[in-house]
Amino acid sequence: MNEETYRRPAPGRDHPSNDSPGYKSTARRAPSRPAVMLPHSLSEVTGPSLRATRLDSAENDLTRQRMAEPLGERIIVQGRVLDQDGKPVPEALVEIWQCNAAGRYHHPGDQHDAPLDPNFFGGGRARADAEGNYKFITIKPGAYPWKNHHNAWRPAHIHFSLFGPAFATRLITQMYFPNDPLLAYDPIYNSVPEGARARMQAAFDMDSTQPEWALAYRFDIVLRGRDATPMENA
Amino acid sequence: MSRALTPSQTVGPFYFGTLARSYHDDLAPAGVAGDRVEIELSLVDADGAIVPDGLFELWQANSHGRYDHPEDRRNLPLDPGFHGFGRASTDTAGRAVFRTIRPGRVPWPAGGLQAPHINVSVFARGLLNRLATRLYFDGDPALAEDPVLKLVEPARRSTLIAKRDAAGVWRLPICLGGSDETVFFDC
Ligand SMILES: [Fe+3]
Repeated sequence: MNEETYRRPAPGRDHPSNDSPGYKSTARRAPSRPAVMLPHSLSEVTGPSLRATRLDSAENDLTRQRMAEPLGERIIVQGRVLDQDGKPVPEALVEIWQCNAAGRYHHPGDQHDAPLDPNFFGGGRARADAEGNYKFITIKPGAYPWKNHHNAWRPAHIHFSLFGPAFATRLITQMYFPNDPLLAYDPIYNSVPEGARARMQAAFDMDSTQPEWALAYRFDIVLRGRDATPMENA
Repeated sequence: MSRALTPSQTVGPFYFGTLARSYHDDLAPAGVAGDRVEIELSLVDADGAIVPDGLFELWQANSHGRYDHPEDRRNLPLDPGFHGFGRASTDTAGRAVFRTIRPGRVPWPAGGLQAPHINVSVFARGLLNRLATRLYFDGDPALAEDPVLKLVEPARRSTLIAKRDAAGVWRLPICLGGSDETVFFDC
């Protein structure tokens, strides 16, 4: 069977190492043994589409999920979901979550001494269109402290979750903002190989910025592409 | 035009906001065909400490061995009530329970069939990449001929095989390290 498979990322080029000493929680959680190379079968080239998941109209507008508008700087975050060949990943479900403008998550585990905003839940979902375009309206998240090391602050970021077409393309990442001085100090951002880090930064998008209303940022997400070479018989 | 991959980042710690609204710990509502199984996954770190801020996702074929996905073009029945996707976070005891059906067998590219298995993704605070593993069912006669288990050194195969407890629950501990470290796949 000449099943098409998904291209494997080159080790050390795209993704962080699970064992990243600067990020202390990895020490007891990173597996110590190498992963077993698995040829792609139907189990890996199929995956949940979540196409049966119905989205409410307000789910991609995080400023309209409560009684009133949240405090903070309103922003548009949009982009495309693509594969490595630049082809759109159509109808991908994009899930995001983030803290509020003050740097506080709507979550009981977040003990940061910053105000909660009753008008900001911080979760959103969108379905990309046939060309892979997705769009969110939200507020710019604040930086927040974490206890990884002395004076540790996460740069402003939005968490992104994507399934793509297959089990093999599942990705959870974070979107950062350009020119954030905290990026240089963040062990999570810097866990990624140096040449790949900037791919996690959104681009300021003046063309999509709306007068008297909101700044816009563009964040394209690239998932694994197809590998058309016939797979080796295991 | 070729594009560079977006790097992976950790899910945690405060991922509950969005993902919690689309949990699917009951994959097989009434009417779905197949043998019903209750599965309890647990997550521990290299010291055996509970991981209470982890997230599991399941992906599986239906009882006929068919994936609900356009890439699976075989002439086998789809089950309209079954999509094969599950998601739940670990609780304060590091556990997550799913209700589903035992999947059928799916083919292996080089020929033959794989033993019934569920594909599992593991996420957690402190994990920078998704970890992929599999759950097999103890006692299944097809285990001996499963091509993926054959890729794993024999002493470690048991880390992929759920065991049925006295109450009938299929339990599989997922160990991120330690002497019983789970086999994870580069898939
Ligand atoms: Fe965060």
